[in-house]
Amino acid sequence: MAPDELATAEVVRSAIDLHAQRPGGLLPLLHEIQDRAGYVPPGAVPQIAKAMRLSIAEVHGVISFYHHFRATPPGRHVVRVCVAEACQSMGANALVAHACASLGVELHETTGDGAVTLEPVYCLGNCACSPAVLVDNDLVGRVDARRFDAIVKQCREAA
Amino acid sequence: MSAPVRVFVPRDACALSLGAEAVAAAIASQARKSGTAVELVRNGSRGMFWLEPLVEVQTPDGRVAYGPVREEDVAGLFAADFLHGGRHALGHGLTERIPYFARQERQTFARVGLTDPLSLADYQKHDGYRGLKNALAMTPAAAVQALIDSGLRGRGGAAFPTGIKWRTVLGESSPVKYVVCNADEGDSGTFSDRMIMEGDPFVLIEGMTIAGVVVGATQGYIYLRSEYPHAEAALNSAIDVARAAGLLGDNVLGSGKAFHLEVRRGAGAYICGEETSLLESLEGKRGVVRFRPPLPAVQGLFGKPTVINNCISLASVPTIYAFGAQAYKDFGMGRSRGTLPFQLAGNIRHGGLVEKAFGLTLRELLYDFGGGSASGRPIRAVQIGGPLGAYVPESQFDMQLDYEVFAAAGAMIGHGGMVVFDDQADLAHMARYAMEFCAIESCGKCTPCRIGSTRAVEVIDRIVDGKDPEANVHLLRDLCDTMVAGSLCALGGMAPFPVLSVLNHFPQDFGLPSATQPAAAQQ
Repeated sequence: MAPDELATAEVVRSAIDLHAQRPGGLLPLLHEIQDRAGYVPPGAVPQIAKAMRLSIAEVHGVISFYHHFRATPPGRHVVRVCVAEACQSMGANALVAHACASLGVELHETTGDGAVTLEPVYCLGNCACSPAVLVDNDLVGRVDARRFDAIVKQCREAA
Repeated sequence: MSAPVRVFVPRDACALSLGAEAVAAAIASQARKSGTAVELVRNGSRGMFWLEPLVEVQTPDGRVAYGPVREEDVAGLFAADFLHGGRHALGHGLTERIPYFARQERQTFARVGLTDPLSLADYQKHDGYRGLKNALAMTPAAAVQALIDSGLRGRGGAAFPTGIKWRTVLGESSPVKYVVCNADEGDSGTFSDRMIMEGDPFVLIEGMTIAGVVVGATQGYIYLRSEYPHAEAALNSAIDVARAAGLLGDNVLGSGKAFHLEVRRGAGAYICGEETSLLESLEGKRGVVRFRPPLPAVQGLFGKPTVINNCISLASVPTIYAFGAQAYKDFGMGRSRGTLPFQLAGNIRHGGLVEKAFGLTLRELLYDFGGGSASGRPIRAVQIGGPLGAYVPESQFDMQLDYEVFAAAGAMIGHGGMVVFDDQADLAHMARYAMEFCAIESCGKCTPCRIGSTRAVEVIDRIVDGKDPEANVHLLRDLCDTMVAGSLCALGGMAPFPVLSVLNHFPQDFGLPSATQPAAAQQ
């Protein structure tokens, strides 16, 4: 196994140890894996299913139900642009168009240099300072095209 | 050396999103440079978001406000001696005399912005845990009756009496019961849950603990949406503090009663704000809506009797027990008792949180508090109660904010979130968006929601393209009727409301003549 795969396998094992026995532990388990590995590797599903005494289909069904979980690695940074109503009232649709055009990607895609994955999100709870963007875990308010470009520049400069 | 000056810089996510972290760092560094002793308190937000980051300084006369403060303003503030309330262009005088704040009736949000969110001593100094002590001194039946008497109704939107839910759970004989907080605040235009969890997490913990000791539940879960990382951190820290102080655990406040509390993170599914779907998700499953009955109060989490209440409902509980049901009931009108933290969002000049008793008009909220639109253009419509709420036209702005008044007009107050649109808004696009959103977020269990939402998007596209508009409007109304009457939960059952409200009040946005809409069809 490549070092990356080894590390991911270790993440999956420790997430199972931590959460498989908890009541309703599947979501905490999946969060643990994604928080640390960046995604939930499809190859880990049989192992998770066995530990939770579920079928592979049930685990896959849970992963695919929730927008938050991803089956492929994201870019180094995940930029979530709010597209809910309050942000639309302040120009979120134009911001999304700018984001897609300037990054050369569609929503849910990652830039060629692997720096940024662009995702839509339905509300960040910053509806009085729209449009809002969540950069990894950092919230940014009143984002216009210029501010968005500055965010992307920072993402690219950071490792 | 004199005592350090207390300076407050919010840690609320909204303030952080506008640069509060850099402002706090700049104040600390400037204080070091000038050899001034400053105690930085990272409070919640006062809810005046157009002034964030709002920096406050404790003076003998009270707290003096400066905002919105940018990092580069800090040196100037020091030069103006803001640490002693000195005059500055960003100054607003005493925070609590700012009209937006002074005119509010803060009950649930009494401490938010005032205290250090993670200081238990601060919480207790400001009436914290008085409610729990009072509740523990009552019989469970009397405690439930007090909540019923207060008139508190579910603040998540459904407005079902909170005390009735508790009474049902209390009446169940199961040895295992649960308390679940619905903190899946997914509606656009709402942020009161987030503000209270970040700005006064102990009030939610206390409210849930009261629920637990009253109905006989020993385990609580806060189901928190994954989009709120700051709230998650604040809650987890506060839970640790409460546990260490014996306010959570096997022997709450020495009462002999146990209550344990845990935060569980959602995963970006809007439908999980629906209570039965939330319970499925907490059990580790797909968030698919359940049939009712059985009610969650009878068979809820893991099949056990469960109190499941909205975050603001639970956070309103401590004040009711601290000061009595009557004191709470004295606010409000009709069957809408107490206060609601209204949230002004979208295209609004003075966006923020306004906690007021029910009964003020929408116009007062939008103009007296909100100051009109952010763009300076006329306000054309307000979507109230989230993505499933109606677009309310200017002609209805004089309605009083009351659950029944709104229901009679085909609208709903819901969670109290108001998303403002100016006259540039394309409401046909927003109507289409409501159905598109429903299609994306549908759990797929019932046909009207799962398929109806997709068909509705197609029909709306045909109307906007001018293809046989009369027949397609008829079809759209018929489809909306099916969804309203035939959906299992509020997602499919209410997604038609924004669509119908645009059809009725703003038909021109669909390219329809406004005259063809008879008043009788008004939804």
